Amino acid sequence: MKKLLIIATIIAILFMSCGEAGDSKIEAGKLSNNTEAVEESSGDGANDGKGVGPITSVTLGDIDEAMATEGAEIFKTNCSACHKMDKRFVGPAMAKVTERRKPEWIMNMIMNPEKMVKEDPVAQELLAEYLAPMANQNITEDQARKILEHFRNYDNQ
Amino acid sequence: MRTKLFILLAIVVSLGMMGCESKEEGGGGNKGMIGSNAAEKVYVAPGEHDEFYAFMSGGFSGQLSVYGLPSGRLFKVIPVFSVDGEKGYGFNEETKPMLETSHGFIPWDDSHHPELSQTDGVPDGRFIFINGNNTPRIAKIDLKSFETTEIIEIPNSAGNHSSPFTTQNSEYVVAGTRFSIPITETDVSIKDYKEKFQGSLTFVSVSDDEHGDMAIDFQILVPGYDYDLAHAGKGPSHGWMFFTTYNTEQAHTMKEVYASQNDKDFIAAVNWKKAQEYLKAGKFREMPANYLNNEYSEKTHTAVSKRETSVRVLIPEECPGLIYYLPTPKSPHGVDVDPTGEYIVGNGKLSADLTVHSYTKMMKAIENKSFEKEIDGIPVLKYDEVVAGVVEKPGLGPLHTEFDDKGFAYTTFFISSEVVKWKVGTWEIVDRIPSYYSVGHLMIPGGDSRKPWGKYLVSLNKITKDRYLPTGPELAHSAQLYDISGDKMELILDFPTIGEPHYAQAIKADVIKDNSLKYYKLDENEHAHVTKSEAETRVERNGNKVHVYMTTIRSHFAPDWIEGIKVGDEVYFHVTNLEQDWDVPHGFAIKGARTAELLIMPGQTETLKWEPTQVGVVPIYCTDFCSALHQEMQGYVRVHPANANVELSWGLGEDDE
Repeated sequence: MKKLLIIATIIAILFMSCGEAGDSKIEAGKLSNNTEAVEESSGDGANDGKGVGPITSVTLGDIDEAMATEGAEIFKTNCSACHKMDKRFVGPAMAKVTERRKPEWIMNMIMNPEKMVKEDPVAQELLAEYLAPMANQNITEDQARKILEHFRNYDNQ
Repeated sequence: MRTKLFILLAIVVSLGMMGCESKEEGGGGNKGMIGSNAAEKVYVAPGEHDEFYAFMSGGFSGQLSVYGLPSGRLFKVIPVFSVDGEKGYGFNEETKPMLETSHGFIPWDDSHHPELSQTDGVPDGRFIFINGNNTPRIAKIDLKSFETTEIIEIPNSAGNHSSPFTTQNSEYVVAGTRFSIPITETDVSIKDYKEKFQGSLTFVSVSDDEHGDMAIDFQILVPGYDYDLAHAGKGPSHGWMFFTTYNTEQAHTMKEVYASQNDKDFIAAVNWKKAQEYLKAGKFREMPANYLNNEYSEKTHTAVSKRETSVRVLIPEECPGLIYYLPTPKSPHGVDVDPTGEYIVGNGKLSADLTVHSYTKMMKAIENKSFEKEIDGIPVLKYDEVVAGVVEKPGLGPLHTEFDDKGFAYTTFFISSEVVKWKVGTWEIVDRIPSYYSVGHLMIPGGDSRKPWGKYLVSLNKITKDRYLPTGPELAHSAQLYDISGDKMELILDFPTIGEPHYAQAIKADVIKDNSLKYYKLDENEHAHVTKSEAETRVERNGNKVHVYMTTIRSHFAPDWIEGIKVGDEVYFHVTNLEQDWDVPHGFAIKGARTAELLIMPGQTETLKWEPTQVGVVPIYCTDFCSALHQEMQGYVRVHPANANVELSWGLGEDDE
């Protein structure tokens, strides 16, 4: 059973690298030291639970209702086919995600999923569990921030 | 005399062919003069990109193919005039209108000449046009999406061959009739050809914006000859369009013999700026016509057919200065204008020599009103007063000429099966190289423009014979790539093409590749039946019409089960691909549908019409491998008997049941 999972993970990773149109850096030889790579990225301090990607810091204020409403719309169009708020679907349920993850991690996962599942240890674990690599929906930083606000608003209620 | 020439030609042809076969025994037959570093010159390493995009006509496939040069690798076949099951083109509800004509829906045509849009006489990479030869049409392909976005039908035309050559800023693309016909179209006796048949030269305007909308601006009615090919003036000769004619004998039968009698036919020179003045002055006739203009919108992802009912016509007798005839020996095929715009090459296909006219001399002759005679209001200039020079005895059967950026011209010779390089201005032959076999068109990237990229030459050959592994009676069609960067032309690659390759165009990859569209933006999707999120997915019945609003994302359909469909229903699956990333199309197929699959690009909506005929449960699935869980991307539709009293139901995921 566990073997199957490992194989499936490798397959999933292989497919992800296909989808990246040339900028994939995964080579056959490196797959076997996958764990090493994980330690490296989590151990260098740069990640620090914030994930890998364009977002290095987010300043949070009071919840902005207008932003959250917009975020909910963006989430509905781009994300809801795979993520429900309160139940596991293709991907994890989104409820309480703001308690589980740092805001930077959430935005990086939305904006930079291919790299996250390759380099971020938490994202790697999630991929191993769910097997379906998260689709890149080309969400802008502004849109990702609004989705984050939607999550905060949801978790606050 | 005629018979003698034919016998002579026949002997030369057969000797030439025999010669080809006997030069080298076995193996690959003729290898040609391959340099030792040919492989290096065409090798594009895995993951590397080609230097040029080449757009090769699909010939009688009706399509347009996209190749890389110098590798000769095929990237895409763009469906244009023929249905394409692979892409659902002409099968899905959105693209069916693209193939509508005044004759109804036509699933095929014969496409000959791709022509890139130009700015200031240089290919600009915005659009590429191509002609439909059989049922006269011009198509426009958008080079952001590499999709056909418009097709316009040409009325009062038959055999749309001299098309769609462009003016210097793509003010116009043109369409000349290779068959003259009674205009307007009536059922007169074919024997009355000389009295009642006419040709037409159509100028289709192209809007100077991101859409490049085509519209017929005007037609010129001309004597009933065969109008074969065309090219626009450029630089100083900008404002003129040149068309070749043959069959000035006006034969209507056994043209093989009777259309080759005259020593000289004509190149028709049309002053289209003058035409615009006449239009403005109201000197046109409004003629009833019936033709369709089909446009595909990238906002609605849907094509719409518009019927047009009249066309503006100019009559040469009523419009002095509009058109002149330049006598040109022996059934000229291609007419090619050199990069400076001064020289107009008439490739007299039955002539022993190659004739080159001078634009400056033509203008002087017009100014001096030095005319030999007039035909139906068209002054015929004197040959001696317009000819600039003659390339003497270059080969047999000249068809087409293109140019490099160093002052040389390259002409193809069909009968002697070779490409001949000569110097513009001195008319001396400097090099020749065989083609395998029987070259028709040739193409140098930008070679019919003001700025050729004179590095490669592609010959588009009519006969393949022993060049590839045999595949039964029907063989691959063939192109050959030559390096023309040095003094001597060098054959460096053979590669097969789709259909019969007629003309081709090529452009530096850099001009296009960064503009290439990656996906359609979902929030800009204005399809009448778009579904922008899974929350909006639904099934609606209206009488026996059922509309399914379905979405796809890696890797499931929503809904993925539907019950309540009945035999005799007309079911429309409007499938929106919710993906917003490059290279993630989804396919959609349903068992028993008498149509092709859908292939839906990210952010796009497409519609498959299905009329179930049998009771049962039928599967749907994604046809384009989309993820590791692609095989799971499937679902079921239950079909009840026609008289069943059932409600529609649908869903996705266990909780919804």
